Amino acid sequence: MSEVKYSKEHEWIKLDGDVATIGITKHATEMLGDIVFAELPEKGSNVEKDGTAGVVESTKAASDVYTPVSGEVVDTNQAIVDDPSKINQDPEDSAWFFKLKIKDPSEMDALMNKDDYDKFAKETSA
Amino acid sequence: METKKTSLYQLHQDCNAKFVEFAGYQMPIQYSEGIVEEHKFTRNHSGIFDVSHMGQLFIYGGDELIRDLEKIFPLDLKNLKLNHSKYSFLMDKDAGIHDDLIITKTSEGFLIILNAACKDNDFKILKELLKDKYKMIMDENRSLIAIQGPKSSEILNDVINGVKDLNFMSGNWFTFENQRVYITRSGYTGEDGFEISIVNDFVDKLTRELINKGSKLIGLGARDTLRLEAGLCLYGHDLDKDKTPVEANLKWAISKERISKGDFIGSDIIIKQLNDGVSKIRVGIKPEGRIIAREKTKIFNQSDVHIGEITSGTFGPSVNGPVAMGYVENEFSKKNTKVFLEVRGKKHPASICSLPFYKKSYVKGVN
Repeated sequence: MSEVKYSKEHEWIKLDGDVATIGITKHATEMLGDIVFAELPEKGSNVEKDGTAGVVESTKAASDVYTPVSGEVVDTNQAIVDDPSKINQDPEDSAWFFKLKIKDPSEMDALMNKDDYDKFAKETSA
Repeated sequence: METKKTSLYQLHQDCNAKFVEFAGYQMPIQYSEGIVEEHKFTRNHSGIFDVSHMGQLFIYGGDELIRDLEKIFPLDLKNLKLNHSKYSFLMDKDAGIHDDLIITKTSEGFLIILNAACKDNDFKILKELLKDKYKMIMDENRSLIAIQGPKSSEILNDVINGVKDLNFMSGNWFTFENQRVYITRSGYTGEDGFEISIVNDFVDKLTRELINKGSKLIGLGARDTLRLEAGLCLYGHDLDKDKTPVEANLKWAISKERISKGDFIGSDIIIKQLNDGVSKIRVGIKPEGRIIAREKTKIFNQSDVHIGEITSGTFGPSVNGPVAMGYVENEFSKKNTKVFLEVRGKKHPASICSLPFYKKSYVKGVN
């Protein structure tokens, strides 16, 4: 399994063969506060790099979830729809959002590694 | 204009508050535990809210002041007992709402608690209506905190003895550290609780003592979810100048005695609407499932006709689901009417429901 990469929209992505698992970062959940609603893309649908692929809502506001790469949605995590508080509890592991069969592995190249993302997150929230 | 800070700013920082600008003030939106925990803690234990940004307007006067205020507010102020409070509104001549407020009769006149964003305008309007006849002080030297939730009576009474004997919507002067504090049994969360007016220099000490006794600071985020579950209106959202108290379904707050005379600002429209009905009215709205319909969400009937708009909507932590209120055309305002809410381009089913979403547990009378 490859290294975890991060997007400027605060998603993480983990590639296993040609299937990518995508979720939102711990930093994102801290900015959002308590998440009380999650909407995921439909299984079988196609999503485009940087397009919206879901929604999370806190008590305060709704935020779009973007996909950092293009592909076909092969699985979604119903557990976070049924209990959105799971996203706050374990955002970068069990509370993943969706899995994509990716189209173009080179789309991964422009994404950040953990160190760069941590730096980016710190700078943008300062 | 520079944003103002309340006298509890340092304490908010010490409690890791996240701040937002609200009505020109730096106010805590939440603390480290987050809105959902803060909301539940208030419902189950006791929460303290810094509402010092709200206006505390003291108007001094006797019987003449009562007569003049009755020309402004739809209340029977003549028969209001000393230290008793009423919920009311400042209206224009078309009964549009300038502000909603709590007015209390004190030994020297009246104390009116006003919304932060409206207080300066309210002051101007009232000064003009009262023709400068009375001393009016918007007291910037006093802070205002609310302590709300089932354990609040016990906690506050431990610090300021005697408050537990206050009845709902009544108040009195008490003493803390040799300072006179005015306390009313009231609030805006749907819970039993108190509002405490205290000089700025002592509010930090009082609040820290209440925290030591087991209460916690709660931010504006949870204040919003608490009041919405309790079916209470937020000015600038559920109430504004384009809505009347009758349309806002607040006719319970208008004195019947005063309606029969009809001699207050806006009374013509109020009486007409009470007699003929209104075209739009505020209702509770319960979305099916988990979808959250926020302010400005369009409401449709079963024939896909646009019939209204959401004015407040969020997730209610105690209801454990979405809650909303809004205005719909009168014919669709009956309880259990099926409607549809347009969220992100899709229509989601919901139904009209009665308010509150969460049952109140006010202490009605202890004496």
